[in-house]
Amino acid sequence: MGMTMTEKIIASHAGLEEVKPGQLVNAKVDVIMAHDITGPPAFKALKNNGLVDYVDSKKVVLVLDHIVPPKDIDSAMNCMAVRQFAGEKNIEHFYDVGQGGIAHNVLPQEGLVAPGDLAVGGDSHTCTYGALGCFATGMGHTDIAAAMALGEVWLRVPETLKFVYNGKLGKYVTGKDLILQTIGKITVNGANYKAMEFVGYAIRSLPMEQRFTMTNMVIEASGKNGVMPVDDVTKDYVKGRVDREYKIYKSDEDAKFEKTYEFDIDNIPPLVAKPYSPDNIAPVDEVKGVKVDQVFIGSCTNGWLGDLRQAAEIMKGEKIAKGIRLIVIPATMAIYRQALKEGLIDVFIDAGGVVSPSTCGPCPGLHQGVMGPGEVGLFTTNRNFRGRTGHPEAKIYLSNPYVAAATAITGEITDPREV
Amino acid sequence: MQLAGKAYKFGDNVDTDVIIPGKYLVTTDPARLAPHCMEGIDPEFAKKVQKGDMIFAGENFGCGSSREHAPIAIKASGASCVVAKNFARIFFRNAINIGLPILVCPEAVDYAKSGSSAKVDTERGIVDVDGKSFEADPFPEFITSIIQKGGLMEYVKERLKQKQVPVSSSA
Ligand code: SF4
Repeated sequence: MGMTMTEKIIASHAGLEEVKPGQLVNAKVDVIMAHDITGPPAFKALKNNGLVDYVDSKKVVLVLDHIVPPKDIDSAMNCMAVRQFAGEKNIEHFYDVGQGGIAHNVLPQEGLVAPGDLAVGGDSHTCTYGALGCFATGMGHTDIAAAMALGEVWLRVPETLKFVYNGKLGKYVTGKDLILQTIGKITVNGANYKAMEFVGYAIRSLPMEQRFTMTNMVIEASGKNGVMPVDDVTKDYVKGRVDREYKIYKSDEDAKFEKTYEFDIDNIPPLVAKPYSPDNIAPVDEVKGVKVDQVFIGSCTNGWLGDLRQAAEIMKGEKIAKGIRLIVIPATMAIYRQALKEGLIDVFIDAGGVVSPSTCGPCPGLHQGVMGPGEVGLFTTNRNFRGRTGHPEAKIYLSNPYVAAATAITGEITDPREV
Repeated sequence: MQLAGKAYKFGDNVDTDVIIPGKYLVTTDPARLAPHCMEGIDPEFAKKVQKGDMIFAGENFGCGSSREHAPIAIKASGASCVVAKNFARIFFRNAINIGLPILVCPEAVDYAKSGSSAKVDTERGIVDVDGKSFEADPFPEFITSIIQKGGLMEYVKERLKQKQVPVSSSA
């Protein structure tokens, strides 16, 4: 019996010829990520149990991204704990504020994760890296501490769901819309404990960044990991970034998928997720006219350079509507620098927006751009659960960067095809 | 472990943002997290909940973020366990890792109402709601062994004894 990509990657890291869904295995990890929220308690668990010496520094990537620069003494102490651990263990891949950006964008950008790898991270959106053809999944901080000490994790081999996308994306329709459509179809519980494999013509024609946007939101369907086949787009992306050998895994012809979903995407319009769930999907038309207070373009989902280009394409020469605010956050400092060079930052500032350094920003409701009671936001982020970005009565809509930019100009949710 | 208390019933897809909102994530101190447990879905929960009380919930409890603060807050609030139709996978691991008892028992969830009196025998996997008994789905042996060892870090230490020497040379 053949195996899926996910099964093959897990099998090879578990030193097994074959694995089956449901099986529990111990798998070697290649990369372990932690940030300023999950790092400090993980280090504490290691210290309290006398396990710090077991940590292989080469596998560890530490990124300060959630509350940086710190907003208060607690968050300053979290950053201190990460810096201290990075120093003590001589961690080469430590990114302080201003040096990296959001972890899920920094790791692929810097070539720290490669096709065929098994990566875990102390953050649920670690699944982002799977677009590279690797296995990547998020865990809590005790699991991350355990992975650091052991160099391995226990995993239940997931069943794989296959998603096939046929056809061509329309204008102002992106990978974000494909994944929103998918979550809308299978719901936020649709892939719990499962792997999601994305294939088809539309995936092959997506640029790497938009592929990451899709695997990023696998967790919004409660998926364990998402994968995409490695092709020339993947190889081009990792060229010059990944400086080690990597392995390409492909699902066998006779691999067993628990279920296959097919999407004809020719007629998918730009979509939005309405409050309070990422599976509450509607065509942008249906919510057009909803007044917004804040537009946020950024996050690990849509803070890529291509996303900023899309937004700037709509906003060039325009002003944001009176009474609303626009926050733009390039996901990494490298993206920030390139956006500066291309004049994208000027477009946003000229329009009346504020551009912040590369962090999670308003997305987790921890720091800059927190929403007040009853306020309405249009965000390019990945979740809009109640209270996610501030007050429980704030309402967040999720969309792609085109919709976000068009909305910033008019002050109400707007179909970019109509501006 | 024998647990007993009142049931608090919740629906499907209770996410970690409502279990413990992001603004409290700067700390993992249980005492600071407890007063905000379930704040996003029932702002009075932390005040009402008595030691031993239980959360009964539908599908996919704990979906969303990887924050271990969620099971920590529940445990610290005084709630003794969570009985759900199923759990989001990261929450499931986190709960096992920190020693918050969780049980998968859809029938008991359907039967329970807020205010029901509930008893749980964690070893035997029996959930009793208003005098009616239900059997929870058993966990795989490996997961039971983590629970019995007292959490993941104890398992890690044992596993290291079996197989490894410190790799401090690479530090
Ligand atoms: S941008 Fe948002 S979703 Fe992404 S890592 Fe940061 S908080 Fe999490």
